[in-house]
Amino acid sequence: MSDYLEKLDHLTDAADPTLGDTEIQNYTINFGPQHPAAHGVLRLVMELDGEIVERCDPHVGLLHRGTEKLIEHKTYLQALPYFDRLDYCSPLGMEHSYVLAIEKLLDLEVPLRAQYLRVFFAELTRICNHMLNLGSHVMDVGAMTPNLWLFEIREDCLNFFERASGARMHSAYFRPGGVHQDVPLKLLTDIADWLDTRLPRLFEDAMSLVVDNRIFKQRNVDIAVVSKEDALKWGFSGPMIRGSGIPWDIRKAQPYDVYDRMDFDIPVGTNFDCYDRFMVRVEEVRQSARIMKQCLNEMPEGPIASFDRKVSPPKRGEMKRSMEALIHHFKLYTEGFHVPAGEVYVATESPKGEFGVYLVADGSNKPYRCKIRPTAFSHLQAMDFMMKGHMLADTTAVLGAMDIVFGECDR
Amino acid sequence: MGHSAPRIATIEGIAEEIAGLLGSMLVETVHHADELSFTVVREKLADAMLLLRDKAQYQQLMEVAGVDYPERPDRFEVCYHLLSVTRNHRIRVKLSTDEDTPVPTVTHIWPVAGWLEREVFDMYGVIFGGNTDLRRILTDYGFKGHPQRKDFPLTGYVELRYSEEDKRVVYEPVKLAQDFRSFDFMSPWEGAQYVLPGDEKAPPPAAPAPTPKTTDKPGVSGAGEPTDSAANKKSEDKA
Repeated sequence: MSDYLEKLDHLTDAADPTLGDTEIQNYTINFGPQHPAAHGVLRLVMELDGEIVERCDPHVGLLHRGTEKLIEHKTYLQALPYFDRLDYCSPLGMEHSYVLAIEKLLDLEVPLRAQYLRVFFAELTRICNHMLNLGSHVMDVGAMTPNLWLFEIREDCLNFFERASGARMHSAYFRPGGVHQDVPLKLLTDIADWLDTRLPRLFEDAMSLVVDNRIFKQRNVDIAVVSKEDALKWGFSGPMIRGSGIPWDIRKAQPYDVYDRMDFDIPVGTNFDCYDRFMVRVEEVRQSARIMKQCLNEMPEGPIASFDRKVSPPKRGEMKRSMEALIHHFKLYTEGFHVPAGEVYVATESPKGEFGVYLVADGSNKPYRCKIRPTAFSHLQAMDFMMKGHMLADTTAVLGAMDIVFGECDR
Repeated sequence: MGHSAPRIATIEGIAEEIAGLLGSMLVETVHHADELSFTVVREKLADAMLLLRDKAQYQQLMEVAGVDYPERPDRFEVCYHLLSVTRNHRIRVKLSTDEDTPVPTVTHIWPVAGWLEREVFDMYGVIFGGNTDLRRILTDYGFKGHPQRKDFPLTGYVELRYSEEDKRVVYEPVKLAQDFRSFDFMSPWEGAQYVLPGDEKAPPPAAPAPTPKTTDKPGVSGAGEPTDSAANKKSEDKA
């Protein structure tokens, strides 16, 4: 005891009379790379003062697969399936930007039915993506049941994708010049029934458990408030910028395909926090269902892909009978089509935000450069300033409200 | 009707407005496929960006993309994609640089540029002067080289595996079980410049004559004298 008192004697002085007050260093912890709330492989190096996050340094790139490099070695059509594998929760949103970029360089007209089908399935993708994100967000902050119910909807969506394209997730359904195949009428009627009955019932049931829940609000309201100025400076887009109160949606502002014919509203946040971002996505699901119903009402009959045989391959039946079609088929699936030299930046409103493709063509059959603008990259970068001063446990809420998928972030 | 990519309304006189704003900082304006791109003087990038953000209302920096053109003296092009949410317009600002010349950073104008510049540095080795956090971002810790350069092979140089003996991940030179196959589907008679597989012994194609060969009269055609009629007769005795 005496040596302890002697030790204290040296530590305390008159200016700081608190007994035993020693200097405490900030604690640095490693979050991830494997963590159930990291939504993939994310490593966060966090400096903690007690339980307060002082600094947060995200380390990304653990899922880097060199997609952009691979695309430079593939023909334009062969590069398409890579886009499914970027954001594997909303594959068609990624394909949409890419096919539009090619079409812009080629100045290729797409038949109306194909445009409707693209918008229709892009919105189904949005619902599918938001089901995963909303579900995992509520799960990250402690609720279990809504996630299971929302996965039920997601399962329905994946079944619809399978019936349209043959694949549940990696559809490769959008093609330069249109879509790959027409959809059977039964699929459209089934989706229409689903939009009228199953989706609203399951979704509103799940949301009724969450949106007014006291615990959920305590975990999300006033967490990671981002002002309008900050949202612009940090390159936010999609639900993140709308959650910060800026009514910006590329579907409205710079409409592509038939979005200019659609009637839908854009939800914006008022409090700019994680709860707003969550609620923006909830409302987007309802608006997506509204767009899909309009597509079903208005969708015309007709071709589903361009008749430009130098870009879009002929039907298989036609190929068996026509020599010309056979030659086109062979040339398109070996050499591929040539895209005139030029460069375009095409950005669409993917479920997570602005997904852009900067395509540089040199006139050959392969892209010279295909830069992918992921949404998560800018959002995750803002993690440091959004986390500053928050508790460690808020990390999962902030991450969940960002909607990050590492296939896309790391490319 | 044309393509159905995002339709961005053109603003009358926007190219002239920005040209007037940038003045001598502007090198070139390209209008292609309804998109405007402005090449600026490399050293003046930060000034130009500040003007574009504050005077021309381009509030958001969406993307910084590097492109590699190895045949140019300044081999790298860095493209900044700006978005104006108030004017609903996009432009592209470009500059070119080489391996050693730094590009001024724009992190003080848009903090989002931090990671975007780190990515261009990681992928191409372009240096951004003033970026205080220029670490690699997408590649592995301790990675060597800049993988998006055109002279970096697709397979890379090293591969890693978990070694049971060492109980850790080890790096080894890339060993391919099968040669890397790069298919070139260009038509052989439309400008493909390579030897067909299996045809290596064929003599290299003769250099084309500088001027097209013309023949004035049959005597100089090189075809020789016409054969006599006896040679044309069928040999009946051997039938």
